[in-house]
Amino acid sequence: MTSIVTRRELVLAAIIVAMALLIGLRTPVFLTLNNILFVVTDTSVLIMMALAQMTVILTRGIDLSVAANLALTGMLVALLSHAHPGLPIPIIMLVAMAIGGGLGLVNGLLVAGLGIPPIVVTLGTMSIYRGAIFVVAGGAWLTSKDMTDAFLAFPKAEFAGLSSLTLVAAAVTIGFFVLMTLTRTGRNLYAVGGNPVAARYCGVSLPKLQVLVYTLTGTISGLAGYLWVARFGIAYADIAAGYELTVIASCVIGGVSIAGGIGSVPGTVLGALFLGVVANALPLINVSPFWQMAISGAVILAAVIVNTRSEWRPRKLILREARRAAAGGQK
Amino acid sequence: MSASEPMADLPLPHSPAPEAPPPQSGPNQPTSNQSARYTVLDRKPFRLVDLLLAWETILVLLLVAVIGINTWISPYFLDVFNLSDATSNFSEKAIVALAMALLILVGEIDLSVAAIIALSSLIMGLASVAGVGTFGLIVIGLSVGAFAGAFNGYLVTAIGLPSIVVTIGTMSLFRGIAQVVLGDQAITKYPEGLQTLGQTTLLAVPPLPNSFYIFVVLAVVAGLVLHRTTAGRRLYAIGNNPVAARFSGIRVERIRFTLFVLSGLASGLAAVLLTGRIGSTRPNIALGWELEVVTMVVLGGVSISGGSGTIPGVVLAVFVLGLTTFGMSLVNVPGIVINVLLGLLLISAIAVPLVVRGILRGLGR
Repeated sequence: MTSIVTRRELVLAAIIVAMALLIGLRTPVFLTLNNILFVVTDTSVLIMMALAQMTVILTRGIDLSVAANLALTGMLVALLSHAHPGLPIPIIMLVAMAIGGGLGLVNGLLVAGLGIPPIVVTLGTMSIYRGAIFVVAGGAWLTSKDMTDAFLAFPKAEFAGLSSLTLVAAAVTIGFFVLMTLTRTGRNLYAVGGNPVAARYCGVSLPKLQVLVYTLTGTISGLAGYLWVARFGIAYADIAAGYELTVIASCVIGGVSIAGGIGSVPGTVLGALFLGVVANALPLINVSPFWQMAISGAVILAAVIVNTRSEWRPRKLILREARRAAAGGQK
Repeated sequence: MSASEPMADLPLPHSPAPEAPPPQSGPNQPTSNQSARYTVLDRKPFRLVDLLLAWETILVLLLVAVIGINTWISPYFLDVFNLSDATSNFSEKAIVALAMALLILVGEIDLSVAAIIALSSLIMGLASVAGVGTFGLIVIGLSVGAFAGAFNGYLVTAIGLPSIVVTIGTMSLFRGIAQVVLGDQAITKYPEGLQTLGQTTLLAVPPLPNSFYIFVVLAVVAGLVLHRTTAGRRLYAIGNNPVAARFSGIRVERIRFTLFVLSGLASGLAAVLLTGRIGSTRPNIALGWELEVVTMVVLGGVSISGGSGTIPGVVLAVFVLGLTTFGMSLVNVPGIVINVLLGLLLISAIAVPLVVRGILRGLGR
């Protein structure tokens, strides 16, 4: 834990840079500062969502309801702003985080309180939250015409040359970095994922951490919901459909182990950036966007093969030592 | 899975009686274990509480409730032709659910089933455009499914990757291929024979679709294999403890691989039936089915962490979910609102027995 970035993160960063340079050879416009900033802006929501998802996966959980949470919260704040046009944007963002956090808390309580497997809980709440969008809006679509100018303006605003989306993502990233590397909670998250029994004996409470990570993930999803709806100026039942898998894919590409206990903030950010670069590069190099899904599938498989190879070594070492001990210290 | 070799000497405490599921995490856990410390019984003693709290009992009650409510809210529900129409809407998913149940039982999962359906349907469509006949298309559909399943199985067993990540990846990959080839187009040229298979019925009375009869036959086969053969017991052994199973001489990896091929094959069969029924292939064919299939299996009482669950439970869950969806759509509830109900059903069906057991245990002390 001495170095901030590991070797595999450097490799992933090098792959992203190499990919960007290759794309830049064909279409120089890709490497302009404006375009790079745009790619980062475009990937901001994914980065935030992937970081939150990482904390859940670290505890050996999974949250499939994040995209539905995003869509439901986005719809609710859009309706709120439609009903009360005077509300200032910070209040709307706080409300979005509170709604999202509440939806996440439901997941956390079901997982931690009743011990239902996370994949089952979030599969269920995913359906419920998606359907709830249809119910609260009566099946209607809200477009930019139904939203106030201030509501729409925030994601497009710029401060010191950086988009507000980038700045929010940067703040969230720093927050998660501090949480994971400098706080006891962060260490405990690695501990319960690495070995839940040992962590319990050390006095770490898994249920409390579960409630925390699902609520946190919900809060981030809620914030992302406002940003998404305001950025694209539209809210309906199917926005961000299937996005939960893109979020999980970012984590996997970034080196987060689905078995829990392994993963880092820089890796996850790079994983999200990788998918962001691919998504933004395809149209520029005249590849049909229909390729995007197949490519990200192939990349997920490649990444998980690489990850597993690097996770194998320590386990084999332990086995080898155990075998040596069993054989009476022989080589 | 070879059923020929003798059953490994596993100390199995219970017989595979469906009313007494093996003790494992999840909804099937018995209320308490009162037996003396070192007595291992061949068969669990029969207790009424176990039968009443068995998952299947809850599902039967749910099914009765669903049929009752549907009959009450719509006069058209108990119509023979309507019911046969209802079954055609869930039979293909149910076929995949049977294979998924076996896979989840051994602690794996296949999220790529819907994408395999899309890929199978795509290759069948390309072959059909090239002039292949009905029989050839069926063979192609099934083999594409089996190959896709083998690809998943290879990555999981030979390279040792977690199945949830592998199948999230292949889900994107397989459907991505279908999207690349089809773009925004659709293939609609299919021979009459295939459409006959998907749209007509084998028996005039009752007029149920062919896919439903296939599902019933496969469910009986799956039930017999799982609950009455050594091969079936092996699946429970693997699901409960793969390492112990391996040390007992069970070919864990080979069985896992076979189950992934089986899951692909079932998806290929679903692709044949579905393509025949709707007579077209679009990139979004069967979109989101993987989650509906997993919901069927989990509501059926199969523990997502492996090791417990029954085929009768899955079959009951198929009917509960299928008839709920059908009844709601009869009274014009939009599909997405039905999903709210299905999600609530999934969570409460698992949460309520847990809470009830907790209260019962509290009263017993």
